[in-house]
Amino acid sequence: MNRYRNDKFARGLIYTIVGAIIALIAVFIGYLLVQGWSTISWSFLTTASDDGLGIRDQLFNSLYLLILTLLLSFPIALGSAIALTIYGKKSRFAAIAEMAIQALSSLPSIIIGLFGFLLLVLKFKIGFSVLSGAIALTFFNLPILTQSISLAIATVPEARMTAGVSLGVSKWHTITKVILPEAMPGMISGIVLSAGRVFGEAAALIYTAGQSAPKLDYLNWNIFDANSFLNPLRPAETLAVHIWKVNTEGLGANAEAISKGTIVILILTILVFNLLARQLSHRLQRKIYR
Amino acid sequence: MKEDKLFARSKEIRQDNWGRLLCYISVTILLLLVVTIVYFISSKGLQTFTKNHVNVWSFLTTADWNTSLDAHGHADIGALALITTSFSTTMLAAAVATPLAFVIAIYVVALKPKFGQRFVQPVIELLLGIPSVVYGFIGLTVLVPIIRGRFGGTGFGILAGALILALMILPTITSLSIESLRSVDPSYQKFAYTLGCTHWQMIYHVMLRISAKKLMIAVIYGIARAFGEALAVQMVIGNTVQMPTSLVSPTATLTSKLTTDIGNTIDGTLPNNALWTLALILLLISLAFNLIVKGFTRGGEAK
Repeated sequence: MNRYRNDKFARGLIYTIVGAIIALIAVFIGYLLVQGWSTISWSFLTTASDDGLGIRDQLFNSLYLLILTLLLSFPIALGSAIALTIYGKKSRFAAIAEMAIQALSSLPSIIIGLFGFLLLVLKFKIGFSVLSGAIALTFFNLPILTQSISLAIATVPEARMTAGVSLGVSKWHTITKVILPEAMPGMISGIVLSAGRVFGEAAALIYTAGQSAPKLDYLNWNIFDANSFLNPLRPAETLAVHIWKVNTEGLGANAEAISKGTIVILILTILVFNLLARQLSHRLQRKIYR
Repeated sequence: MKEDKLFARSKEIRQDNWGRLLCYISVTILLLLVVTIVYFISSKGLQTFTKNHVNVWSFLTTADWNTSLDAHGHADIGALALITTSFSTTMLAAAVATPLAFVIAIYVVALKPKFGQRFVQPVIELLLGIPSVVYGFIGLTVLVPIIRGRFGGTGFGILAGALILALMILPTITSLSIESLRSVDPSYQKFAYTLGCTHWQMIYHVMLRISAKKLMIAVIYGIARAFGEALAVQMVIGNTVQMPTSLVSPTATLTSKLTTDIGNTIDGTLPNNALWTLALILLLISLAFNLIVKGFTRGGEAK
């Protein structure tokens, strides 16, 4: 019985390869977490980098940029998704726009970074700053977020819109009061996943948000002061850029310890984002099958 | 009076028009963004040929990157070494990652769906979310020393770059392959089993055949991601512009050259313009990958 032997052999091979890859990945992630764990301490998280190992300002910059990026990209992505999936459904315009969005999402992030550098830093003279970084990350995030929000809206049955129209309310009313609340879990899971990508992005930032983290004063609420933590026009190195920078500039023994600690923070954050998104999409599925 | 009211625009219509307007403005912003990116990078990138009069053909077919002018105001600028390295690193990475990704996808979809979905898939998703600098760091501190010990040299080069990229695109190709294998109509599987097929016969003759096109698209997505990756590659490739002589000789890719040099050159000069030309080449190749995927998808729909 040749084919049974083949089947047994093929399955055995597949199990072995998958086992080996999973083991490799486990070693990879375990190595990163174990190696970095010893670096992490309260002072690692709360001191500035020019005082030694600390990553306080980079951590804050990452979060600040993430929030600004989501604030900038969510309204535009939501509007585009509604236009594509409801108002312009199956229109020629929507087809062209979808093609453009797909092209945009396939562009390498370094291209987005260079474009941001050209437009914001050189042309508009905003300089290496939080603002440039947030806008570049918005460019980077827009296509992905639009696609995931469109998908979330598309899962809502079309009958909702028909029902709304037959009741005599506007499409806009149906969208905001019925469709969007129903699509909410899917949308949030999309936002959280894209937040993970934004949080770890570096190539789009090195020439827009810059590669330096001036020491920040967290008690200075005047956004026009250079050392205020809220100032949008100061350079803002993020965690991911920090890892790249300390390794390419060869800062010696410290570079490895700093990177390993920072990597643990990055991976844990992204793990939390992933679990959160998964939880939300499970809740969504339960809702649909109920 | 009554008729006026009948034909007046209702509150609902006004509201709807406003909403529609807002949404279309958003899409227009997106479209404008795409057009501006292409326009800006092209206008910058073409200056090497229009303003600095570098020959297009020699730019694409010579391998020396020497941006300083000689006595006759002439510079040798060729991107061939960068393009070659970019392609060979990417292809090697795809050759390593693709079979492994397919195997994991088959395992998750056809062999152990429960365990696969509960455990293997989340691990792959986590890998997908890990930032590229982390991969670069592992390449720099673990992989490069291993290669150096085994093959001599500095350890930097195409081999290190390709292995790191393979690890990076493995989750991309895997998750897309899982999706495409899942989309095979389950009744086909049942037919195959009813006919007395073994697991492997069903997988090989039914599943893989039906989803061949979608698997192809998954691989192209992986290749496109690898081609555009900048920082992870830049950390392990060596960053010396020269034709790669072996898998372990230091060299540079389009993206790594852009990453290291764009901040060190002065805007508007030849060395800077030449870098923007590299960006233009990178942009065009990414758009070409996009078109290839489009072509495959359309072919799939026609069937």
